[in-house]
Amino acid sequence: MEFVSPEGLRLDGRRPKELRALRCQLGPLPQADGSALFEMGNTKVIATVYGPKVADNRSQALHDRAIVKCDYAEAAFSTGNRRQRRGRGDRKTTELASTIRSALEHTILLDLFPRAQIGVSVQVLQVDGSVLGACINAAMLALANAGIPLRDMIAATTAGYLESTPLLDLNFLETTGAGPEVTLALHPNLDKVVVLTEDSTIAAEPFEAVTELAQQGCKAVAQFMRAQLLQHVQTIATVRGLAAL
Amino acid sequence: MLQHKKFIKLTKKGKTVQVNKEHYLRDDIWSGTPLDPQSDPASNKLDADAKQYLVVDTNVALSQMDFLEHAAITNVIILGTVLEEVRHRNASAYQRLRALIESPTKRFFVFVNDHHRETYIKTDVSESPNDRNDRAIRVATAWYMRRAPSMPIIMLSNDVDNRQKAAVDGIKALSVHAYARSLTDEPDLADLVAGEANGEEGMEVDDGVAGRGAKRKRIYEDHRPMSSITAGIKAGTLHQGSLRVNRFNPYEGYVGSESVGQDILLAGRTAMNRAMEGDIVAVELLPEDQWVGASARLRGPEDATDAAMADCDEDADSAEAGDMARDQDGAGIAPQVAPGEHYGDVVNSGEKRPTGKVVGIIRRNWRTRGYAGSLMPDQPGRTARRGGANMLFCSIERKFPFIRIHTRQASTLADKRIVVAIDGWEPDSAYPAGHYVRTLGPIGDRDTETEVLLLENDINTSPFTPAVHACVPPLPWSVTQGDIDDPNREDLRHLPICSVDPPGCKDIDDALHIRELPNGNLELGVHIADVTHFLHPGTAMDAEAAFRSTTTYLVQRRIDMLPKPLTEDICSLRADVERLAFSVLWEMTPDACTVGVRFTKSVIRSRAALTYAEAQSRIDDERLHDELSVNLRKMNVVARILRRRRAEAGALQLASPEVKFEIDTETHDPLDVGMYQVREANQMVEEMMLLANITVAQHTLAAFAACTLLRRHAVPPPRQFEPLLRAASAAGFTIDISTSKELAESLDKAVKSDDAYFNKLVRIMATRCMTQAVYIGSGDFAPPEYHHYGLAAPLYTHFTSPIRRYADVVVHRLLAAALGLNRLPEDARDREKLAALADNINLRHRNAQMAGRASVELHTLIFFKDRTVIADARITKVKANGLVVFVPKYGIEGPVYLTSKAKEQQRQNVGASASGQKGVAGSEEAADEYMLDEEKQTVVSKDGNRRFTVFDKAAVQISVVEGTGRRRQLLLQLVERSLLPASEQAQV
Repeated sequence: MEFVSPEGLRLDGRRPKELRALRCQLGPLPQADGSALFEMGNTKVIATVYGPKVADNRSQALHDRAIVKCDYAEAAFSTGNRRQRRGRGDRKTTELASTIRSALEHTILLDLFPRAQIGVSVQVLQVDGSVLGACINAAMLALANAGIPLRDMIAATTAGYLESTPLLDLNFLETTGAGPEVTLALHPNLDKVVVLTEDSTIAAEPFEAVTELAQQGCKAVAQFMRAQLLQHVQTIATVRGLAAL
Repeated sequence: MLQHKKFIKLTKKGKTVQVNKEHYLRDDIWSGTPLDPQSDPASNKLDADAKQYLVVDTNVALSQMDFLEHAAITNVIILGTVLEEVRHRNASAYQRLRALIESPTKRFFVFVNDHHRETYIKTDVSESPNDRNDRAIRVATAWYMRRAPSMPIIMLSNDVDNRQKAAVDGIKALSVHAYARSLTDEPDLADLVAGEANGEEGMEVDDGVAGRGAKRKRIYEDHRPMSSITAGIKAGTLHQGSLRVNRFNPYEGYVGSESVGQDILLAGRTAMNRAMEGDIVAVELLPEDQWVGASARLRGPEDATDAAMADCDEDADSAEAGDMARDQDGAGIAPQVAPGEHYGDVVNSGEKRPTGKVVGIIRRNWRTRGYAGSLMPDQPGRTARRGGANMLFCSIERKFPFIRIHTRQASTLADKRIVVAIDGWEPDSAYPAGHYVRTLGPIGDRDTETEVLLLENDINTSPFTPAVHACVPPLPWSVTQGDIDDPNREDLRHLPICSVDPPGCKDIDDALHIRELPNGNLELGVHIADVTHFLHPGTAMDAEAAFRSTTTYLVQRRIDMLPKPLTEDICSLRADVERLAFSVLWEMTPDACTVGVRFTKSVIRSRAALTYAEAQSRIDDERLHDELSVNLRKMNVVARILRRRRAEAGALQLASPEVKFEIDTETHDPLDVGMYQVREANQMVEEMMLLANITVAQHTLAAFAACTLLRRHAVPPPRQFEPLLRAASAAGFTIDISTSKELAESLDKAVKSDDAYFNKLVRIMATRCMTQAVYIGSGDFAPPEYHHYGLAAPLYTHFTSPIRRYADVVVHRLLAAALGLNRLPEDARDREKLAALADNINLRHRNAQMAGRASVELHTLIFFKDRTVIADARITKVKANGLVVFVPKYGIEGPVYLTSKAKEQQRQNVGASASGQKGVAGSEEAADEYMLDEEKQTVVSKDGNRRFTVFDKAAVQISVVEGTGRRRQLLLQLVERSLLPASEQAQV
């Protein structure tokens, strides 16, 4: 398989340093405190936020800050072949959920809500590579939608290295290329890396190029989300008569 | 703009998977022509002043590669649609197309039309993928016409329907033939145009290509459809395997099939049904009563003019008879036969074996590099037609049939060696159709014939690319202080090291030393050029070396694996200069028992680069007491002990009929041929290298049990020894083949008092019974299978020639990693990659050997060109109509015919017309003058006057004749022994 043609185009027509088309919808589920639908190409994730509220389990509550609970689930129809639904407790699901949770814990200003709980549930509707990144982005938008105070925005992307070329935002076909894959989440304004995961080993030399590319990707995603949030706020303000039409 | 593609795919396991792909369409894909103001100037590759731009369709790109490679074809637009389809359908065509695109002079520009917003098209309902692609090509062509209105754009397509539709869209479309003919100042261009292979383009007749009417009779059965072949193989009624054509009888093929358990015989071209050497075929077994045995006779030498040429184009019927009667040249001479290959046909000739016929070809193995050969001389009375003549092309390699080509340059090509590619083989044609690719040079010219043998053996002679040269350190190079101070590198410059090699050797990769240690023991050192210090994994040079795998040695030429500065200077352990080495140092007791061994990278300074002859004379000359001579003598003593021990363990001492040429320095023609002399010094060096290789193999295997490269020599299957056993028992000897030790002992005992050469002959025959030694990855075999039969060593590898063998480079890296000197590259740990590497090294190694032998053959022919010599010979094989004799002096083996040519001709005609069956032993024996006794390995003439037994002494007259297809070959004729020159008489 030729992932990058000598003409410099990837299989789906993108160039190596291009993101897929981004789309999002804020507040698709009005009964939740906050929700967001986020799409990176064909990868589609919906995130919902409940809270802050009193912790369900008192013994887990912390006296000085809120706790974050995170649920991760993949819909049975999310991939091309309908496979048996993975159980909730399987290793990959747990790992993804805990990665998302720790990313959010570093982003939310938790000490504003002692003894409270913030529940985030992430449901993957369609899988086409870069799932973790899309989940973090969706969760971020849902938190913003819920009005929870954050330290900074958080934006995530995946970058890989195939055929000696760093590639941004791998789709499913490209993840089958067995190259290294790095998912990176960033606080774009603080310029701090929050999450960095690798599935396989990656040599030191491409690693720098790949993480650098992923950071740039994160900033582009952050810019997109910022614009979307501003637009959303604008719409709300207009609806409530707070701003001029 | 975004397009979504959604389809449902069936996986290998039979599940359905829904695939959902995105497809981003862009505006920033440029047209690549300066005529288009919107195009990015940096991307412009097409010439603004070109006569026209060409757009080719997929079939043209796939089948007309030789045409596209012609220098006159420039400014071609390759569409992404075409490129993608070529990549899927034919990997090698894709590589060639990519090479054209890379070439700066060809101006081939890739326009990725499928990703451009204006040229992307959706598949219509009820539109086949082919139609969609054709439409995409037309849409893109029309787009170019809009972008560069001043430039004529021609679409090349051999599909009439496509051309008609193009005309409707206002696009100028031409067939390749028509376009080639329009370029009148390039006469050879039209020859490069391939005929359409699959007959889809029947309409091409109007273009003046010789039309073949419907009246033509089918010669071959139609191939069955792929679906029924797959079903047949699954059901067990058909058998799949790769076809091997008998090298000595091109009408006999074998298909090794796992489902049958033994080779299936295909007797005759009809049974082979258009399959050629190396094709993967589906075979159906014939009923058992139609099984036959391999032919028991030597193929007759015939001029093959009348019978063969009767059918060129018109007369298909005669091909059936001609198949048998016409014999291209079984008479060829093959002085050197590879181990495991027997001169003449396979063992058990005559015995019936599973016989079958080809019903379908699963994968063609036609060479993309083409076939070397020459045109058959034109028959009288045939006149060249308008626009060229249909000619038959005869390839050098006898395994291949004639190839029918159409050429306008028949007269210029008549005395040239040319390269031809095959395009297809129709059932109504006796021979495959092909087209001319290029000219190599005049027939008989030494350089041309060398080109031929290099091409035939697929040896890459192209110069190293600039990227490879960039990896070579600049000359003059010398060892730096940094190298000497390197803590991992030992300074061994004080040791009395010398190298011993053949005269004229420039790539010296091994050197030796021996010295006495204070404790009375000996220190023995083998120092190998430290090639891996310069050759780093992952570099362009490493990729190139891995691909070439070996240096090829021809009689007058060397085709290097590594660039010349490395081969001849930087790595070569020349005398009196400091060089980097990888050393193996043993401590041994005076009776050659190893006390300890260590490996180290080192800096050495060789005291002398000796030839074998010089080393031998230093060993022999007792008066010399200088350090080197004394050391050589000591080393020789050790080598003798080691050799004796090895022989006791059961190592075989085999022989090969190697010859050496004395070459005229002015004309480069051979002046004399003689047997290669093996001296004790050769054996001494060989012994040291064996010791080093075995020691290294043990060490690397201990460190990397699963990914060490080893050299394995499998125990030959007993049936392979049959020709040897039969011949030996006829001569009154029994050979025990139960173990290598028994074999070695019985070979030692096979001595005839009246024939000094007898023992060597038996050893040569034994060599032929061996299997080939091969490189393996240790992870792919069980440890007992690592065994090297010939050397009787449980472990063996190659470590001592990294300049000329890539296997040694791999082993150097392994050993260095085992010592902790460097990291083992990822690829070297991967079992599959190692296996693939070993396969390539084996293939290249074998090709290089074959090329070397072919070069010896060529020089033998040049040597005998102007002389006729009578020489002493031995009979090595008897057949019903002739003998195979071996001429020790010149290392030639070849057939001698007992029956006259006229008789042979008559017999074959009778045989062919009497029954449709070809190669049936029964009908052949009727007309024989001689009777063959297989048991006693004797042929006796009917009147009993002449009898020949294997190993008999004979005398032959050697001369050169020109046979079919302008292959020159040696002609051996039996003469009375009394005619031998006096010098040879005395020798006997």
